[in-house]
Amino acid sequence: MASETAHGAEAGGLETAMSHGSHEEPHASSRTYIAIALVLGVLTALEVMVFYVEALAPVLVPILLVLSAAKFVLVVGFFMHLKYDTHILRGLFFGPLAIAVAIIVAMMALYGYFL
Amino acid sequence: MERTSTGVPNEKMLMWAFIGSECMLFGSLIATYLAYRGRSIVGPYEEELLNIPFITVTTFVLLMSSLMMVLALSAVQRGDPRGSKLFLLLTALLGLVFLAGQVFEFNHFAHEGLGLGRNLFSGTFFLTTGFHGAHVTVGVIWLLTLWAMAMRGRLGPEKSLKVEVAGLYWHFVDVVWIVLFTVIYLMSGASGA
Repeated sequence: MASETAHGAEAGGLETAMSHGSHEEPHASSRTYIAIALVLGVLTALEVMVFYVEALAPVLVPILLVLSAAKFVLVVGFFMHLKYDTHILRGLFFGPLAIAVAIIVAMMALYGYFL
Repeated sequence: MERTSTGVPNEKMLMWAFIGSECMLFGSLIATYLAYRGRSIVGPYEEELLNIPFITVTTFVLLMSSLMMVLALSAVQRGDPRGSKLFLLLTALLGLVFLAGQVFEFNHFAHEGLGLGRNLFSGTFFLTTGFHGAHVTVGVIWLLTLWAMAMRGRLGPEKSLKVEVAGLYWHFVDVVWIVLFTVIYLMSGASGA
């Protein structure tokens, strides 16, 4: 992994950190984290807005799922650093997540949500 | 740092494995909530009780605590003691504000007659959000412990892994709330089975 200069990395929104001894890892800059937090706030506001718009009631659930999925990806990818981490950690997370989603969908099907 | 065969520190690997197990825990709680939604025979019902504006504020508070957490980690990694103390304390404080909101909400529901065993909504709601609140509580205690270490000058860059692992836990608690806020509060108007 090539090291980036602090200035170049900061400009690109990426920094490297010597957080684990001699192992360098890329990660987002503070500015990027703040921008992501603002996006998360906007997405939350959008979710609440959609909730109150009667005309969107028929498509409320799909819209909310998309917006919350976007928030989920941002927090997991950037704040939890999974975007920059090894595939082993991604497997440790997405495997059980897939099982959890399958359980939810199965229960919903069992209780007639998709009829 | 110890050498590992995967190149990933053991503590970090363990936390991700733990988070994986927590996915399944909360997945089953959410599945149960969804299974019983709209099936309560007696009130009070969710549409009478859920205060979306209030919970939106607490949701925003928790999201900002995640930002504070990631800034705290950044401060620890670059050896900034002032930033480390400030952002760790802010993260914990925002977590406490969120918990205060939960306590207020639970109290309000109890006053409205929604006891733990009142109906299917109360059981699944209190269990799901209560488990989440318990996780937030553990996280706040953990963060205050790290803050105390930082105050004593014992949280330098060489110990950033401790903060990173705590951060993973804290962000996951936030992620769970992202799902709960959507499923329990915002989808409360959508028809159940």
